[in-house]
Amino acid sequence: MTIAEDYKGQHPAWCPGCGNFSIMKSFRDAMVEMNIEPHKFTIVSGIGQAAKFPHYTKCNTFNGLHGRALPVASGMRIVNHEHLVMVFTGDGDCYGEGGNHFVHSIRRNINVKLFVHDNQIYGLTKGQASPTTMEGMKTKNQPFGVFSEQLNPLALAIALDCSFVARGFSGEMGHLKELMKEAVQHRGFTLVDILQPCVSFNKINTFQWYKERVYHLDGSHDAEDRVKAFEKSLEWGERIPLGVLFRNNRPVYEERIPVNESGPLVKQGFDIKKIEQTLKEFY
Amino acid sequence: MDYTIKIGGEAGQGIQTIGGTLARLFARSGYHVFTNQDYESRVRGGHNFYQVRLSDRQITASRDTVDILVAMDQASIILHEKELSRDGQVVYDSDALKQKYEGLHFFDTPFTQLAVAHGGQKIMANTVAIGSVLGMLEMEIDILIEILKTTFRKKGDDVIQGNVKAAEAGRNFVLKYCQKCSFTPAVRSKPRMLITGNDAIGLGAVASGLKFYSAYPMTPSTSIMNYVAGKEEEYGIIVEQAEDEIAAINMALGASFAGVRAMTGTSGGGFALMTEGLSLAGITETPIVIALAQRPGPATGLPTRTEQGDLQFALYGGHGEFPRVIFAPGTPEQAFYLTNKAFGIAEKYQIPVIIMTDQYLADAEWTYDRFDLNKIHYSDQRLRGADLQDFPDYKRHAFSDTGVFPLGVPGDSTHLIVTDSDEHDEEGHLIEDSETRMKMMDKRLFRKVPHIHEDIAPPLYYGKENADIVLTGWGSTYGVLREVVDVLSGTRSIGMLHFSEIYPLPETEKFDYLNILSKAEHALCIENNATAQFARLLRTETGYEFKGTILKYDGRPFTIDSLIKEIDDHSGRL
Repeated sequence: MTIAEDYKGQHPAWCPGCGNFSIMKSFRDAMVEMNIEPHKFTIVSGIGQAAKFPHYTKCNTFNGLHGRALPVASGMRIVNHEHLVMVFTGDGDCYGEGGNHFVHSIRRNINVKLFVHDNQIYGLTKGQASPTTMEGMKTKNQPFGVFSEQLNPLALAIALDCSFVARGFSGEMGHLKELMKEAVQHRGFTLVDILQPCVSFNKINTFQWYKERVYHLDGSHDAEDRVKAFEKSLEWGERIPLGVLFRNNRPVYEERIPVNESGPLVKQGFDIKKIEQTLKEFY
Repeated sequence: MDYTIKIGGEAGQGIQTIGGTLARLFARSGYHVFTNQDYESRVRGGHNFYQVRLSDRQITASRDTVDILVAMDQASIILHEKELSRDGQVVYDSDALKQKYEGLHFFDTPFTQLAVAHGGQKIMANTVAIGSVLGMLEMEIDILIEILKTTFRKKGDDVIQGNVKAAEAGRNFVLKYCQKCSFTPAVRSKPRMLITGNDAIGLGAVASGLKFYSAYPMTPSTSIMNYVAGKEEEYGIIVEQAEDEIAAINMALGASFAGVRAMTGTSGGGFALMTEGLSLAGITETPIVIALAQRPGPATGLPTRTEQGDLQFALYGGHGEFPRVIFAPGTPEQAFYLTNKAFGIAEKYQIPVIIMTDQYLADAEWTYDRFDLNKIHYSDQRLRGADLQDFPDYKRHAFSDTGVFPLGVPGDSTHLIVTDSDEHDEEGHLIEDSETRMKMMDKRLFRKVPHIHEDIAPPLYYGKENADIVLTGWGSTYGVLREVVDVLSGTRSIGMLHFSEIYPLPETEKFDYLNILSKAEHALCIENNATAQFARLLRTETGYEFKGTILKYDGRPFTIDSLIKEIDDHSGRL
């Protein structure tokens, strides 16, 4: 059995009071409860405060480029579908810079676990609007307020028939831990959008702001009803639902590839002798 | 024997089928074949041609004169009639072209009428055309019948028989009525292999243990992806069509990090999107092979045509400083062996290796007796399973004398494999301090580069020793330079230097090519671009400056006759 200490990496450089600390604690607890040892999974990340997550966590790590975690994770999964691959990212990294990959990873239904630290602001670059920043919010770079409509990642994901769509809140660690476990255990692409305050740069969507609005979906919500789930995903403002909004059993991309039927590519050998036969095709 | 057959027509008229079948047929007859294609960026209409040259001696480029012009549209006659050789013939169907041409060099063959009468279907007109070319060349029909049987195997006996009869009808018609046809074929010999530049890259990748290829379709690189995709099941390879080139290179890097040999391919525009990923391969020391099939730019440029305009881009693309290797094969044979070498070097030094080709080489078909598999090398450089587990204290980016530390496969042991696009420590975690930064830069660059240099082969010299005229080229111009040297060597003191391993530039210790250039009266750098990019590389790295350049940047390849004229002009001027 593992203990939370087993996953402890470098000392985090996040701001004191950052929601990331609770997300990391929830993650460690989830991993302990599922007993997944650090070498049994890889975290791929891009750029941003969330992307530093794997440095503070003991695990295999590919900390790549801004917005490009999903393609790296997809490449890994396609050639090794027995290895757990997770992506920790932020609202700017995933929904802004990496928006195209977000769309196409959902379409593929690649079995990657996507956790988005969504604080509705750019932290690392010090306070510019992100795709999920609320319309009207003023920042240094948007002195007249944000004109663009706030991106709704959950509605977008459900519209794309994403295999698993959930929302958590860094202020509810027990609930978040359970969501993370569900996501890891789900077969297919999973999106967990995690609301978190940015204590340094988002003075509107504060811990208190979220705390007053979030509520838990109960048994009355049917997560398999796509239209109902879509309706639920549009709820924002006075009341914000937490929990699994939508799930389906779409076939997993890497499991549909015939070549993968004889085991992960990474374990398949190469027989150079076959080439002799292939050369004959050119005569 | 040295004949050139040109098949011209609109896109969608079957130009590729006719040209491709003739090329295969000549190769099977044991002749040397060289083909090249010229097409527009459209699916239907426009004007395209497929040029097939056949000979009983080695040929490596296209001629400017045409012996048989198969005209499937009027434009073919308007554009190419002037290219006919003295005894050249145009074969066409006046019904299809709705025009009767007068003149002894026109031979009207009712392709469609014969197709309907003998084959039973109008669509077999192309087979009649192929048969008529055989008739003009007075060649036997047996090999064509074999090819038709294979091509139409899935369509059943009726279609096969129809096509055989259509081919015979075309051949017989010409034999009976074409009085001006005076071509004679050379004696047949052992079948030769026929292969394009891009198929040779694909084959080379498959023969190197490639497991994952991700790309976004872009002319003229797409046929590499097509070839590899055709080998997925047989070899256990996965080809992923990415949403864009950014995803393509990042997926390939993910697959490589996970423990397999990975590759991507694109053209200049896609490579522009890949450059951040190239830099990522540099700092994370993740092996990757990138095929860069050039076409004329800037931007969309001439999408289906040829140019060597991206050398400086391949040299400098990607931010920051990291080692890379660039190959530019000049023939399908070189493409095959150099692709294998590219994988070897990428894995050995954990760096990106770029294979540069262009539309001309990508689509051109060459013939060979055989490729030698004894020259193909494969050894797995990665630490897997127990080998990795037994490693005491594994650190992904640990310092070593050579700068290289073995790649471990994540999940294969309790060792953690960590890498980062940020500057990192030996474990792979991000750092800020200057000392580690310096040591990591030294590791990636200065430790590795001297060893990489040792693996780079010298350029190839062909022709007379101590020649007065030395033609210098890189990549796809190899074939045309070689034939020009052959043609001119009777009357001139001429040789050529060809670079296929471009960067790092070969050392002069092994072979002093600078001395050859310095001693020559006329050292000419010949490039398919506007700014002599290779000449610039040579000057930057060695200080040597070419006195003369011959540059072509109209989107078309050099041809033997026109290049000879340019060389004559040049050496006359100097």
